[in-house]
Amino acid sequence: MAHIEEHKETQSIQKEKQNYVMLDFGKTPEYGLPAFIQVVRRSLSIELLKGLGVTFREMINALFRGKMHTTKYPFEKLPIAPRYRAIHEMLRLLESGHYRCIGCGLCEKICISNCIAMETKYDENQRKEVSEYTINFGRCIFCGYCAEVCPELAIVHGGRYETASEQRAGFSLFEDMLTPIDKLKEQKEFAGFGSISSNADENIKKTPLAY
Amino acid sequence: MDALMIGTIIKILIILAIVSAIAGFGTYIERKVLAFMQRRLGPMHVGPYGLLQIVADGIKLFTKEDIIPQNANKFIFSLAPTITAATAFIAMAALPLFPTFTIPDSLPLIGGAIVPSIVADINIGILFILGVMASGLYGPLLAGMAQANKWGIIGSARTAVQFLSYEVVTGLSVLAPIMLVGSLSLIDFNDAQTGGIGSWLIWQQPVAFILFLIAGFAETNRTPFDLLEHEAEIISGYVTEYSGLRWGMFFIGEYTNMVTISIIAAVVFCGGYNDLWFISGWLLFILKVVFFFFLMLWVRAAWPHVRPDQMMWLCWKVLMPLAVVNILITGIVVML
Repeated sequence: MAHIEEHKETQSIQKEKQNYVMLDFGKTPEYGLPAFIQVVRRSLSIELLKGLGVTFREMINALFRGKMHTTKYPFEKLPIAPRYRAIHEMLRLLESGHYRCIGCGLCEKICISNCIAMETKYDENQRKEVSEYTINFGRCIFCGYCAEVCPELAIVHGGRYETASEQRAGFSLFEDMLTPIDKLKEQKEFAGFGSISSNADENIKKTPLAY
Repeated sequence: MDALMIGTIIKILIILAIVSAIAGFGTYIERKVLAFMQRRLGPMHVGPYGLLQIVADGIKLFTKEDIIPQNANKFIFSLAPTITAATAFIAMAALPLFPTFTIPDSLPLIGGAIVPSIVADINIGILFILGVMASGLYGPLLAGMAQANKWGIIGSARTAVQFLSYEVVTGLSVLAPIMLVGSLSLIDFNDAQTGGIGSWLIWQQPVAFILFLIAGFAETNRTPFDLLEHEAEIISGYVTEYSGLRWGMFFIGEYTNMVTISIIAAVVFCGGYNDLWFISGWLLFILKVVFFFFLMLWVRAAWPHVRPDQMMWLCWKVLMPLAVVNILITGIVVML
């Protein structure tokens, strides 16, 4: 019982502390003449025309000052943040071009939706070779554990968010996720969790210091 | 059949073709203007700058399944869109759409003929136009009542209330210029304002002009007063159950009415198709009509809807008394 009393007390204190201020809109006229005067005042003041002015100004801004908001999406894309977790990418070693995956199987173990399946074997140099690696994207929840646990930074999340596909196996084979060998130079390192996006400066607005 | 009759028929056909094309094109313009005012691009993909969007829309409307609801009154349901479109075009008959011009002599057969660009210069012109436009209310009214849909019923009730009340304001507001000019023919209105900008009736009748514009917005069912199909409240009002071509006919009717109101405003209040300085009359006339059409789209982008009770209050308690006072003052001035 005591804690309920206490709760009530704090509530009443809060109620007293809340300091609502009624805005001064003036009195609402209740009968003929003052109501009529209010109507006339509101009609003759240029509030309605100001509204027209705002829309016209925005049209001029959009047409002639390059302030059109539209991004023509399938043709133009906004940059997405590096922390975004989309379809996985398998990276290559920059020196040799060999894939980085060492077949340790940690990603398969940690995957909480059990969507990674991999098979490994020893090759002629007694080095682990990935013979099969698939991610079932029907099950993947894009939690990012696989990328976090990978000791070689071999599996990371890429920025490929358009995941409609004609086949269930779309994007999900090892070769599909692996950086193409001819695009090795464009391969980007994972910037790290919490890193800012490439256009972060554009998105920052200065807030006024004084109000 | 004499030459006058053939000429009239040709004029009717040309006006029908051009105005219905303009009405279709108006939908494109409206979407573009609204988009620009909201800093969007609007239709862009069909043709250059989306210019062929109306063709795509037309194909869509033509090929869409024409649904008639089970409990609807089929005859009236299919008749109603025709009423809206037909009355909108009939009203065009007494409207001057262009200055009188002479066909150049180089053309065979008809060369040298003087063409007045009005289908019928009847001496009750504006009365006829307002009357026909008022009878256009049967379109939405019957459509809403025939379709066995509660939104349609509410929409048609609002039609009756809104169109009937604002018909009063339109009539009364145009009455004052009629008293000044002393004629109902729109040609006479035009001829009364030949003396440059100073002779435009808008300077003598500013109140009537504003009242007419407000009432015109209400009668063409444009935004501050588009309660007939206020989508947030009553889905689409009287067009809820319509689809395909019938739905498109309502739209053609609405846009034709917009053109009609723009032309009346230009002829009655803003000097009609008279030449001004070095600008030739036909160009100026088109510019005026385009401005009034643009104003309707502009207002739609800027202003919110009103509530039905506010609209009725505005009509009967503000606009109609103002119109009556305006007529009284005009009458006294004319008598003196």
